[in-house]
Amino acid sequence: MGKRILKKFFFSCVTIVFVVAFNFFLFRIMPGDVETIIARATTTEAVKQRLIEKAGLHRPLLEQFWIYMKDLLTGDFGEAFNSYDGSSNVLTVIMGRIPNTVILLFCAELFAIIAGLIIGVICAQKRTTKLDTGLLSGSLVLYSMPTFWFAMLLIFLFCATLHIFPTGGIFTPGRHYYGMAKILDYLKHMILPMLCMGILMMGCYAITMRSTMINILTEDYINTAKAKGFSTRYILFHHAIPNAMIPMATIIALNLAAILGGAIQLETLFSWQGLGQLMYDALNRRDYPMLQGCFFISAVAMILANFLTDVLYGFIDPRIRE
Amino acid sequence: MKQRYSDTDALRRKLAVMKTKDFMKQVWANKMARVGVIIVAFFTLMAIFGPIVMPFRTTTMAASREFIFNPPSWEHVLGTDNLGRDVLAYLVNGSRNSLIVGLSATVITIVLGTLIGVSSGYIGGWVDNILMRITDFFLVLPWLPFCMVLAAILGNSIWNIILVIGLTGWSGTARVIRAQTLSVKEQQYVERMVSVGAKKGHIMWKHILPNVFPLVFSEAILIVSSSILTETSLAFLGLGDPTNPSWGTMLNDAFDTDAMTIGAWWFFITPGVCVILVALGFTLMGYAFDEILNPKLKER
Repeated sequence: MGKRILKKFFFSCVTIVFVVAFNFFLFRIMPGDVETIIARATTTEAVKQRLIEKAGLHRPLLEQFWIYMKDLLTGDFGEAFNSYDGSSNVLTVIMGRIPNTVILLFCAELFAIIAGLIIGVICAQKRTTKLDTGLLSGSLVLYSMPTFWFAMLLIFLFCATLHIFPTGGIFTPGRHYYGMAKILDYLKHMILPMLCMGILMMGCYAITMRSTMINILTEDYINTAKAKGFSTRYILFHHAIPNAMIPMATIIALNLAAILGGAIQLETLFSWQGLGQLMYDALNRRDYPMLQGCFFISAVAMILANFLTDVLYGFIDPRIRE
Repeated sequence: MKQRYSDTDALRRKLAVMKTKDFMKQVWANKMARVGVIIVAFFTLMAIFGPIVMPFRTTTMAASREFIFNPPSWEHVLGTDNLGRDVLAYLVNGSRNSLIVGLSATVITIVLGTLIGVSSGYIGGWVDNILMRITDFFLVLPWLPFCMVLAAILGNSIWNIILVIGLTGWSGTARVIRAQTLSVKEQQYVERMVSVGAKKGHIMWKHILPNVFPLVFSEAILIVSSSILTETSLAFLGLGDPTNPSWGTMLNDAFDTDAMTIGAWWFFITPGVCVILVALGFTLMGYAFDEILNPKLKER
């Protein structure tokens, strides 16, 4: 167990170093060198000189890489070309955006897992009935739908036509709520993006849960439990569902990259001030330091999440432990 | 001697034709595949001939405001967009670029994935180790941020988008092909070739590759649909080629001009439906081909 975790940890570290190197060299091999891009992005000579000095662009490449690594380790992600949320320090801006993204994704993921689990179990129980076919084909359609397009449909339906939810943002502009009212305002703005992402991911979880449950329900130990006279409900909750959680954990881990991609599209559409919208803004302003910072943070988050799921596996599935 | 060679060649060709005919028959008999083929054929014809029938210029602009965002009418069957252009013409012309990007990116993905998968699986040892670490690295990277960064650096041209999608998408394919190569490698005829003294390159090219090909083929068709979806997402985020409109750039236009809140549903619903239909068509075809070409999968 310990050895396995250590090995995974080592590999994760190597991957992060790869990402750092990749991030560094990618932005230096792009058409036109960094200096001209800085010159294009900023107007004043003083700012330009400061940025060149800061990035150490007058030094040899390897030395630059060394400085870049050292800066990253000390938490210095550099200065962005533009200012966001009143700051142009890359790390400060990113850190300010992370809570919004994490809250949104966590709620959406929770919704998707619970809803997908319930639908999957119902499908497996009522297998080959009309209800099963209907739910399954619905899940398949949701699964192949582009995230942002579904969001556009929801905005059209709920914001523009029915006027139930606000079209975007985090708080109602021009109003200053305090305490509970502020939280409620936040939640009101979050419902639509959360539902959008949750419903789309739900399809994938429902399909996985269904096929796993169908496999499990034909296992010998389920028959044994039935023979012992346990109720269907007891078998479901104590024998079948816990065992179905292992493939679910795999799918959840595999989905993380897709969720991050979805977050960029959704946050842009709903102007939800999170990491995704920040990346979109940085992209459209060709703000390379900010883009670099966002990419690094999201890559590290992915690597970390993968590492944690690998470790968690050992606890969920005793067979891996040996 | 020469005569015999050409005989076997002719026989082989005849066999190939028979196999292809048989395959076509099986595809047509499969309900899923039939629906997929019909959808894909429809959009392919639209992409080839549509732009000739309905010319479309990205630079055309409406003479006055009253031509903008017109709902569907007899003159404009699917209404007009933010610049007063015909949405149907936009859609038809977008299909060409969407399909070109989807197919070309798939070629890059499949060639890279197969090359890496086969060599990794067959050569093994440290080559396998290094190649698989690189694959893992690409698998673990968040794909959309990765695509965005690459596309931002390379610039917005249709060829760069193809390159980006191809370069970021091969890792899953490489894994699948490697697994298949490993099982083919254990077959007796490969061992026999080794004992006869065949070179590694020869075995890989002449014996392993033809045997993993059915898998490559069905994988490729599934990749087309994901490539088209990726292109749509990238174009939606503003990374599309403005001179070569696709369904993604169309959705980007709709988003930029707030078509949703204005209520111009004809402008943003139609390209989305097209994307989903094409993706669905290729997915159905892919799954059906997988069933037909890899019968062993059915047992699993």
